[in-house]
Amino acid sequence: MTEATATFNVRREGSAGLVDIKGDVTAGSETVLMNAYDEVSDAKAIVLNFEGLSYMNSGGIGLLVTLLVRANRQSQQLLAFGLSDHYRQIFELTRLDEAIGIHDDEQAALQAAGVH
Amino acid sequence: MSEPMRETELLHETSEALPNAEETATTEITEADEREAARDATHWAKAVSRLEVNEVPEGATGINVAGKRLASPIQGFGKMWQKTYQARLPKSQVSATDLIETWKTHFTDFWPDGNNFYAPLSGVAPGEVALIEGTLPGKLKLSTGVMVLYADDESFTLMTPQGHVFAGWITFSATEQGDDTVAQAQVLMRASDPIFELGLVMGGHKQEDMIWDETLRNVAAHFDIHDIDVDTAVVCVDKKRQWRRWTNVWHSAAIRSTFYMLNAPFRAMAGMFRRKERKGRTSAS
Repeated sequence: MTEATATFNVRREGSAGLVDIKGDVTAGSETVLMNAYDEVSDAKAIVLNFEGLSYMNSGGIGLLVTLLVRANRQSQQLLAFGLSDHYRQIFELTRLDEAIGIHDDEQAALQAAGVH
Repeated sequence: MSEPMRETELLHETSEALPNAEETATTEITEADEREAARDATHWAKAVSRLEVNEVPEGATGINVAGKRLASPIQGFGKMWQKTYQARLPKSQVSATDLIETWKTHFTDFWPDGNNFYAPLSGVAPGEVALIEGTLPGKLKLSTGVMVLYADDESFTLMTPQGHVFAGWITFSATEQGDDTVAQAQVLMRASDPIFELGLVMGGHKQEDMIWDETLRNVAAHFDIHDIDVDTAVVCVDKKRQWRRWTNVWHSAAIRSTFYMLNAPFRAMAGMFRRKERKGRTSAS
């Protein structure tokens, strides 16, 4: 089991649960990410804040797919903001952008999630 | 009286020291940013909308890859599976980075018999495309491929194109745990279409388990390590099938490879006519 190199802080904005991601997201982040998700699993939408992301490898992308499945199971929207141009491209390359709504900032993501 | 004086002195010291500290901090941030950017640029494949095949090695057809889009598990049809195959090797005989370096270099050699993996000429590097010529039950040929999505010193990931048996990726990695180096192949996948889903249920999953079991044994054997145990862990991440993706069958590499094989005599005849025509033109001039 590889060590977690990222932190996932959770906060709430209306019916949305926000997850502030900081550090390197790898396969080793699975437990902490899923624990963070559990804290907001009753939210209508999950918004991932990538502003503090330093690095993500393919294991990290795999985790997001797993998170997406869990969110879909709960009929939750999964949204993201704060992605650098590079990671936007990675989302496009892996076609994650077809299922995770990507927005420029928190306000736009919350608006898309229907939170005012 | 002496206390405020000391505070003033400290303020001066701080204000004098500040520009240098700021400068150092800025330099550190810039260097860290550059390091991160370099890490990103070298490890990930560049964005592509459709795959390109530059050279088709002898024995491969290259069909079902060129012009195709990549397909993640999100675009697949069947249940989503995460399959993890692990083998523990003594760290004294191979380190994690050496193992991955060797795996990248000899990927084709470790591939089990019966299927041919044509590694990219420039090796397993981000953005490179490898071709696969496999055999399906009933001796049907299957021409497909993969793109190297990600590669670093301790892992690399291959992603499948539309029409492949499954939509997803396989990550090969090595980590050092105690006295062991753990070699791992992890597949995150959904069968691409209903036909492949049926095929996986009817023995395809078992066949895949055998492929990665044998691959890990071949990797270990390269380091003169034999009689290893391969642990397999299978998790159904999503038991729902994505019925709206049934149209993926249009891209099916199995169907297209079969048509390609059936068309072989016609292609050969057409080639013969073209050659004759060319010969006729040359002799007339």
